[in-house]
Amino acid sequence: MTNTFEPVIIGFTCNWCSYRAADLAGTARVKYPPNIRLIRLMCSGRLDPTFVFKALSSGADGVLITGCHPGECHYLEQNYKALRRYLMLRRVLVQMGIEPERIRLVWASAAEGVKLAQEIASFTEEIRALGPLNWNGIEPAVAQPEKEVAYET
Amino acid sequence: MTNGNHRPPQERVGVYVCHCGTNIAGIIDVEAVARWAGEHLKHRGVVVARDYKFMCSSLGQELIEQDIREHQLTRVVVAACSPHLHEQTFRIACERAGLNPYLCELVSIREQASWVHTDKNAATEKAKAIISGGVERVLHHEPLEPLHVPIDAATLVVGGGIAGIQAALEIADAGFPVYLVEREPSIGGHMAQFDKTFPTLDCAACILTPRMVSAGTHPNITLMTWSEVTDVKGYVGNFTVTVRKKARYINEDLCTGCGICQDKCPKKVLDEVFEAGLGYRKAVYTPFPQAVPKYPVIDRPNCTYFLKGTCRACEKFCPTDAIDFEQEDEYVTLKVGNIILATGFDVLDGRRIAQYGYGRLANVFTSLEFERLSNAAGPTNGEIVLRDGVTTPKTVGIIHCAGSRDRNFNNYCSAICCMQSLKFAHLVKERTGATVFNFYIDIRTTAKAYDEFYQRVLEEGTIFVRGRVAEVTDAARLPGEEGKLIIQVEDTLAGRQRRIPVDMVILSVSLEPRHDAKEVAKLFGISCSSDGWIIEKHPKLDPVATMTEGVFVAGCAQGPKDIPSTVSQGAAAAARVLARIQQKQIALEPVRASVDEDKCSGCRICNGLCPFNAIIFHEDRMVTEVNPALCQGCGTCVAACPAGAISGTGFSNEQILSQIEGLLMLNLEAV
Repeated sequence: MTNTFEPVIIGFTCNWCSYRAADLAGTARVKYPPNIRLIRLMCSGRLDPTFVFKALSSGADGVLITGCHPGECHYLEQNYKALRRYLMLRRVLVQMGIEPERIRLVWASAAEGVKLAQEIASFTEEIRALGPLNWNGIEPAVAQPEKEVAYET
Repeated sequence: MTNGNHRPPQERVGVYVCHCGTNIAGIIDVEAVARWAGEHLKHRGVVVARDYKFMCSSLGQELIEQDIREHQLTRVVVAACSPHLHEQTFRIACERAGLNPYLCELVSIREQASWVHTDKNAATEKAKAIISGGVERVLHHEPLEPLHVPIDAATLVVGGGIAGIQAALEIADAGFPVYLVEREPSIGGHMAQFDKTFPTLDCAACILTPRMVSAGTHPNITLMTWSEVTDVKGYVGNFTVTVRKKARYINEDLCTGCGICQDKCPKKVLDEVFEAGLGYRKAVYTPFPQAVPKYPVIDRPNCTYFLKGTCRACEKFCPTDAIDFEQEDEYVTLKVGNIILATGFDVLDGRRIAQYGYGRLANVFTSLEFERLSNAAGPTNGEIVLRDGVTTPKTVGIIHCAGSRDRNFNNYCSAICCMQSLKFAHLVKERTGATVFNFYIDIRTTAKAYDEFYQRVLEEGTIFVRGRVAEVTDAARLPGEEGKLIIQVEDTLAGRQRRIPVDMVILSVSLEPRHDAKEVAKLFGISCSSDGWIIEKHPKLDPVATMTEGVFVAGCAQGPKDIPSTVSQGAAAAARVLARIQQKQIALEPVRASVDEDKCSGCRICNGLCPFNAIIFHEDRMVTEVNPALCQGCGTCVAACPAGAISGTGFSNEQILSQIEGLLMLNLEAV
């Protein structure tokens, strides 16, 4: 295996701040690694923890969660709820045997294109250092039940 | 893990990849991307995939419309720029061809790929992933109808400076009601403090006060001075605003504005606001004689009666019994459809630039102090004198860019300081004959008739020294420096250090956002840049709108600017509001949450999550409901529902989960 591992990262952005920061990074031609693929939500509060598990279990090596700075949420306070979910997600990931560093929460206002680009770059490097997650690879060992489970019909 | 999303869809999808000239095509192989989408996403319902030079051009749009008709497309994915730029364009194109506009998805391969990446292969692969995500997402789009909400014809204008006055007058003249709220006792703003206005040197009061009177007497304008907005609720078209009318202790119905109370009041107070600390006012006062409205206010923290319980001189002498010490703050609720913020600027506190000695060296003045000094209605009746109040300066140094273009203070250019400093130089020369030095970094005189004014000041004999002043000191070292202020500067044109002794120093201090700009922005649900100025929707094409529908910005609240630009913005914001009012209603994005009552278990987890009180719990049926009129569409409750009973239009779980699969190219396995 070569050591040219290119991580795949899913990034969740808020329509009002970080998505516009990404737009601004583009307009200003700020460069960052191409490993991230962004999804727009109306608010970081929309981030269902399922989305993060879905991304990690579907092949992403890391998930970046972005939202408005505390106190600047377009919907008043929903970014605090994203913060709570983020903290919870990290604990759950640890319990699943996954490095909690694979998810990162970043606050980025609509004016912070450069900051967002820097965070994407540093996150990409961090994930690269962690190596591939390979959730599907670990699935048989960890996730598969040993016995048949009776399901309610 | 099996996934239902991998079933071949019934939909017929068209994919359109834009070159954007070379903006996208320069980095991304758009032709290959379109070809790839046509081949590898065929099983996902893609029946046509094209690339085109400019998708947003009328020919590009026609291409889509034609395909919708000929290929019976049921979904459209456009890979081009940010949806914040052209989502509307392509939605309207779809609508023209008979497709519900919400069945179109615009994915950004310009801002998110070609503009931010340099590796052509990686950018092309990323573009494929983005399009794949868009295709998976669009399959789960639902046809939607925009929400139409009525627009209340009344408008709130916050800030009664020239920007706010202009905006209020434009709207009022068109026949619609305006509430003009001003924090100070009078409207007029900073412009009322000025003496002359550049470059024509017409007197500020002469051109401003007629506007103030018009605003004060206009039948469609409700003036609310000595008032502040304390709460804003609602959304475009239907804001509910709470205004605190601070107690004036004057009965406005009885007061005639005769001014006797101000004459009789025994308490003199240093006027830090209007006179910039150079003059005094009484404890009962109007900031200046032409104040609008004419009613004074009693400054409670300084009033002898409120402090000691005796005095009431104003009350004794008031011929109409208009003094009312019992008055209390009043909270007024207003219903408005649109809001214009014209909250203006503060000037940098000169003391922060310690090396220039302001606050320590008596004869260092700020620009605002000099405005009052040179104003015929000011504390010295227009005499330009030193801090002792009598001595006329023989040499004056004017320092440009004090705190501007300086990474220690403000990185930005304050835009008005060059012209203001030139104006000061002219006034000093004209009124005192003093020798004037202007210390500048660059002279920026870019607007109409500005450079001509610069030429005029040059010809008048003002001496220009190019270089940032290092220090202003009273420590004399050389003969001739005793008792003077010495300006230490590197003259970058002469290439040497100079020490220039002067009698008076004027700092053209930087304009800064209002000290409470952040709180104001939060109150109105908008945001400030890192410098603190209010962010406009688009710096070039939408300079007076903000990210929040129905909230507009005008004047220096948006960034430093001169009076002509401020007035233009006031009028522009008014025009935007008027267009809204004329339409009578506005179409909002139908992004709203709704509850499937059959799935709702009544757990109430979502109940505490909504800051807009849109979630109602029905005790009788044990189910939760979302009020679509109050829902703002953030989706927090959707994410929280353990039963998946809440769905959010436009951003449903299916849409996001499928987009994740698409972005990770999982959809390709099923070929």
